[in-house]
Amino acid sequence: MSKLLEVSNLRVQFGGVVAIDDVSFSLAAGEILGFIGPNGAGKTTMMRAVTGVVTPTTGSIRLKGEELIGHTIHQRVRRGLGFSQQLVKPFRNMTVLENVALAAGAHHTASPVSALFRIRREDQKDRAKDLLEQVGISDAAEADPSNLPLGYLKRLEVARALALDPELLILDEPLAGLNHAEAHTLADMVLDLNKAGQSIILIEHNLGEVMRICSRLVVQDNGHKIADGDPETVMSDAKVRTAYLGEVVDDAAA
Amino acid sequence: MLGLSGYEISLITSMGIAVIFALSLNLITGFCGQISLGHAAFYGIGAYSSAMLTKAGMPLAMGMIGAVVLAGAIGIVVGFASLRVRHDFLAITTMGVGFLFLGVMRQWDFVGGEMGVSGIPGSGLGKPGFMILVLGLVVVTVLFSLHLKRSWMGFSFDAIADDEDTARVIGLDVSRYKLAAFAMGTALAGLAGALYAHNVRFIDPESFGFVESITVLAMVVIGGIGSVFGVIFAAAVLSVLPLWIQFIDEYKLLLYGGLLFAMMRFSPGGLAGIAQKLSSRKAVKVPGGGSA
Repeated sequence: MSKLLEVSNLRVQFGGVVAIDDVSFSLAAGEILGFIGPNGAGKTTMMRAVTGVVTPTTGSIRLKGEELIGHTIHQRVRRGLGFSQQLVKPFRNMTVLENVALAAGAHHTASPVSALFRIRREDQKDRAKDLLEQVGISDAAEADPSNLPLGYLKRLEVARALALDPELLILDEPLAGLNHAEAHTLADMVLDLNKAGQSIILIEHNLGEVMRICSRLVVQDNGHKIADGDPETVMSDAKVRTAYLGEVVDDAAA
Repeated sequence: MLGLSGYEISLITSMGIAVIFALSLNLITGFCGQISLGHAAFYGIGAYSSAMLTKAGMPLAMGMIGAVVLAGAIGIVVGFASLRVRHDFLAITTMGVGFLFLGVMRQWDFVGGEMGVSGIPGSGLGKPGFMILVLGLVVVTVLFSLHLKRSWMGFSFDAIADDEDTARVIGLDVSRYKLAAFAMGTALAGLAGALYAHNVRFIDPESFGFVESITVLAMVVIGGIGSVFGVIFAAAVLSVLPLWIQFIDEYKLLLYGGLLFAMMRFSPGGLAGIAQKLSSRKAVKVPGGGSA
């Protein structure tokens, strides 16, 4: 099977601190992968290496066989990555609809010169409306993002990433800060996207939702990959349980 | 001609040049969100270029083209240097560029050093003709600004002005957009500088000092950062007030400084922000209005 994303032997080091130590994992086209681990496991660092914010010390990150390391963030986006960030960052000087429409016009904005000669935004706005509908916030299309609750902004992040038509959608804690019902709805939407063929990496703390929608899990702890497989097998793995529950619960000690 | 006195013609001409100069900074600071405290340097580069070219016997058109090209080219170089710095560091870097320009011009004998350049050829169009040329270029500049604001480039500038890291995440090549803003804004400042040189026909380094840079920034901020019509209004009024009323000229810095401070404190959106608030208050009650 052809791999969409292939991370091999990745190592990220900040001074003397090894944040990610020799981690490899891959994602097949059409897959939805849950990338999990306890706090401080290096999940966000891993994703930052994929997006290009952090430069790995060694290793490789390939998208459709093409090396991403050495490319800037916007170049990686143009090669097919779409990110929804953990901390919501809407453009606050434009409406919700415009936030998504700008991303939907990626082929207009590839070069400043061609962007200068293009004016029509109707098609992109139509597409943006569809996406807002899809994530369930079309009622806020004309709103100023500064006045919206977190649940809306999280979905705006997802809609804006989808507007780029990414080959691979990376969602960094999209459910964090949402209440139970909101998280459930958004997780359903993510699952629907995947069923429609979207390849997704979901980095998430909400294990219940991750277990429910992901077909495969990769678990990272302390910069090491400790498990990789289907959700049931992974969660019954002793190492994973230890990582999540702290010290080994030894029967004899009780 | 046109029922205007010579004095009125010269006021309108100065006003037009100020509007072009202010709109040039508005492209960089207003549209793309990149502060510049050294914009007068590019005004000066344009003025010196056109002065030297026309003094060497070139026609006015060549002087103006030379001014645009040279100011824009140096603007791109400065833009490259500025790509790695943001916000307050960019302010300091551009301020440094302004002082560097002054330092070079004062020491460079070829361009007259401290004495400046005198005997700059006039436009050859007569005062009314030159005013019409300036006003024509004002119209072109305004139309270009309005077009840019509506284009996808303006749309992208909005994103970069608000949050450049997130702009990268939606695939924008932030560096190239910033360079484009610097290139266009400094080239246009060069054009304004050339017009200034042929209008007053004498230039020296002091005409393009830090005070000029702050003056043009004040016009942009007071008019409303990014608002084309706000900036036109502020540039037109603030440029003629000191010429019109001698008393104000003596207190020019005090007036500009005071207005700049008052705007930042009470209406960061400038006059355009005030106008927008008034019109939206009239139309409908703003939801959640009144919050900071």
